[in-house]
Amino acid sequence: MAARKSAAASDSQPLIGVVALQGAAAEHVAAFRRAGARAVEVRVPADLDGVDAVALPGGESTTMSHLLRTSGLFDALSDRLAGGMPAFGTCAGMILLATDVLDGRPDQRCFGAIDISVRRNAFGRQVASFEAELATDGLDEPFRAVFIRAPWVERAGDSVEVLAEIRPALNSSTDGVPSSVPVLCRAGPILVSSFHPELTADDRIHQIFLDMVGASLTR
Amino acid sequence: MNSGDGASHLVGTVRVKRGLADMLRGGVIMDVVTPEQAKIAEDAGAVAVMALERVPADIRRDGGVARMSDPAMIEGIQAAVTIPVMAKARIGHFGEAQVLEALDVDYIDESEVLTPADEAHHIDKWAFTVPFVCGATNLGEALRRISEGACMIRSKGEAGTGNIVEAVRHLRSITGDIRKITQADAAELFDWAKQLQSPLGLVQEIAETGRLPVPLFCAGGIATPADASLVMQLGAEAVFVGSGIFKSEDPGPRAEAIVEAATHYRDPSVVAKVSRGLGSAMPGLEMEGLETKLADRGW
Repeated sequence: MAARKSAAASDSQPLIGVVALQGAAAEHVAAFRRAGARAVEVRVPADLDGVDAVALPGGESTTMSHLLRTSGLFDALSDRLAGGMPAFGTCAGMILLATDVLDGRPDQRCFGAIDISVRRNAFGRQVASFEAELATDGLDEPFRAVFIRAPWVERAGDSVEVLAEIRPALNSSTDGVPSSVPVLCRAGPILVSSFHPELTADDRIHQIFLDMVGASLTR
Repeated sequence: MNSGDGASHLVGTVRVKRGLADMLRGGVIMDVVTPEQAKIAEDAGAVAVMALERVPADIRRDGGVARMSDPAMIEGIQAAVTIPVMAKARIGHFGEAQVLEALDVDYIDESEVLTPADEAHHIDKWAFTVPFVCGATNLGEALRRISEGACMIRSKGEAGTGNIVEAVRHLRSITGDIRKITQADAAELFDWAKQLQSPLGLVQEIAETGRLPVPLFCAGGIATPADASLVMQLGAEAVFVGSGIFKSEDPGPRAEAIVEAATHYRDPSVVAKVSRGLGSAMPGLEMEGLETKLADRGW
């Protein structure tokens, strides 16, 4: 179904490059096509030709960071991001777009495209992974958000707009757990989420991003 | 702005369990027996590690009953890395699985590599919050495991041999039958369910979607970057490497090369580039010489 719709999507639709080094790239491609955009997978710098915006999917951020370096995509993406290309990062993708990472690996590299500090695996290991209804600015109905070994935003800079936040689980035993943490943030052309909008059939968050891409293209 | 209520967090849902398997796609999961090996695996770009006391090649050599690993050893590996840590329980041994869940492992492998604890029943995996991966040699076995609650299927291959032939047989059997089912008419699906000894609902779902309802990974006998490329092209969505890395001459570079091959498997020039100068792969075993075929375990 997604393929048929994408064939119908006209060339005037923005082309989204989904970084497909590892993780749930195929789900992002399908979600963008359902939402009416064109989408291609990106594995090497040449795949970025003609791409209007990128999505960095969920997966393991340490693995992606490694593969971004060996494929030459890190520098190619850095250049495009510095030039104002819109980007959407989910979970590991959010970590990669952040300015700094807490509880990551010391050699983990980030793009610093949005002024946030992200704590990796902040909600806990897999048994603490969860789904929840998330009230989201700009959406009339809550969004069913799936959090998998998810990071959260520990610090958001003044330029950052927090679109949704959530209370960590009540049974969380960690000391100093904040009462509420940002999990969906926007700054300029960058959108990041702790959760995985690509794992549900609800494309409203992808639509928010496509609206941002549209705005950046007409500017 | 409203904040979500922490009390309404739903854990252990199918979406959450299958979701972690989705996040591992395109990656390499490596068997490790020490925290030092776990660090080497993480440095090389592994998406997860499987913590165990002996790799399958050693289990095969040593014989005797192979059981769940010592919790202290699993905790040591959890402390050493930031990526998901999996561990193995014996087939049917829900007591071991409960211990592994209490240890907060990220995935449990109900594995034929360990000595089976139950000759008729697998673990009721729906009863757990932690997700399970199970091995399969054919589509029927895969669907029975999914009906018991497995959220990831891997080919069994023949663990500890460094020989890819069985994994290829299992992958081709699973994906070949899926292709045939997508061509079957509604009446034929009843017969498929009977032949596969699997729930009709799952067979009908495959007829509709053309794929397993959970991710399909490959395990058993992967020893080289080209092995990873082969099985990814045959339809595997990620690979498990057991003895193939730490039984080879130079584990770090080999691990890194297999990670590259799993990502760039469509590009033979990349696979060629990373395959150069890796030293010897693990010594392999021919199927005819095996006393025990681990893939025969499981029902």
